[in-house]
Amino acid sequence: MILFPLTVRGAQTTRRGKVLVGPVDLDLAGVGATVVMGPNGSGKTTLLRLLHGAARLTHGRIDWACTQAEACSAQAFVFQRPVMLRRSVLENLTYPLRLRGTSRSVAQFMAEDWAARVGLDAMLDRPATVLSGGEQQKLALARAMIIEPQLLFLDEPTAALDGRATREVEAVLRAALASGTRLILSTHDLGQARRLADEVLFLLHGQVLEHSAARKFFEAPATLQARAFLRGDIVE
Amino acid sequence: MGDLWAGLSEAFRLLVTLDSDLVEITLRSLQVTLTALAIGSAIALPLAAFLAVRRFRWRRSVIAVLNALMGLPPVVVGLAVYVLLSRSGPFGVLGLLFTPSAMIIAQVIIIVPLIASVAHQSLRDLWSEYHDLLISMNVTQSQKIRTLLWDARRALLTASLAGFGRAIGEVGAIMIVGGNIEHATRVLTTAIALETGRGDFALALGLGFVLIGLAITVNLCIHWLGRTEQEGRW
Repeated sequence: MILFPLTVRGAQTTRRGKVLVGPVDLDLAGVGATVVMGPNGSGKTTLLRLLHGAARLTHGRIDWACTQAEACSAQAFVFQRPVMLRRSVLENLTYPLRLRGTSRSVAQFMAEDWAARVGLDAMLDRPATVLSGGEQQKLALARAMIIEPQLLFLDEPTAALDGRATREVEAVLRAALASGTRLILSTHDLGQARRLADEVLFLLHGQVLEHSAARKFFEAPATLQARAFLRGDIVE
Repeated sequence: MGDLWAGLSEAFRLLVTLDSDLVEITLRSLQVTLTALAIGSAIALPLAAFLAVRRFRWRRSVIAVLNALMGLPPVVVGLAVYVLLSRSGPFGVLGLLFTPSAMIIAQVIIIVPLIASVAHQSLRDLWSEYHDLLISMNVTQSQKIRTLLWDARRALLTASLAGFGRAIGEVGAIMIVGGNIEHATRVLTTAIALETGRGDFALALGLGFVLIGLAITVNLCIHWLGRTEQEGRW
């Protein structure tokens, strides 16, 4: 099953009459990492949720190369503040697999594998809710990756993490990219955007102001606002 | 004070001699209440989870009604069940009136709103925590309900124990539908009411202390079995 290209036409989401994001026109191809940038409140999270299908599409269309149901099952989402199931680390990892009918033993095997990949293999039996912020985010990432999604959304995955945890998360993301997983992540960490981005979506007031290759965006942004944002000015 | 002491010593005597009547009505109390608790929980807990995850038109009204029904007067429930189960009632042919089954039915009706309301509170909080994740994982309605019920099991235990507390100490409804028939439907609470009426305060108090002891023992057992408060914060 092929997810991409993704075609978004006039997509909009409104809440109580207020437009949160949109209208957005977008064409996304099937490889690399798209980094969504913009100041707080520009609609990064909502755009990600809209593409993922977790926010209500009130106008326009979002079309995948496959059916909506197939698209849903080939995606995963990592939240800014990780949601931990009140279970052990191991059970958090096996949960999405068990939902899909994977047998207990296979799920356990894969969970142990993924725990090792993100450095949580010593904590499999610990309750997930007592992990530190960095460990929780790594667990959330592993739990998203364990279903081998074709597309992974990450909403400011390292916003609350320190340098070391950020580096570990980025290493996992790079490995995912290398194995062909498509990433769409939002961040307002410019360094992270430069390190990971293949292309950049620059968002302001719920509108996509710029959509260009990363190199081009960082070296010669087309809009005044993007230029100001990259300079570190406060964009409003 | 004298009556209280007499009651305590009577309770002691009943327990030490393992009085056969006491054992019989205690076991019947347990049988009726635990059966009602099992049936009530099996209805109320999934209902609470359903109300937490499903958005439908009358949801808020249903929750409000459920909360209001927590204060359902047992005597009225007993009366209604009596009318339904009596010979001339719609379920008269089943011949359930003045049997433990009728008492179980009445207690289930009394505790379902209580268990469902208390359970709903904690499930609602858990659902708001899990909502984004489970939506993102594309979880079906029944998987949502099962996940919530499992992950909130400690809080649900508390909800069930509240139901147990209400059922074990309940007298109005089971007196009406059970009839307090010796060796058939007499339980601890109805026996206490009877002995008080007969003026045998020592025996009534003795039975009362046994009832309190029973309620505490069952609570402790369930807590111990569920290992509440032992693993982290849930």
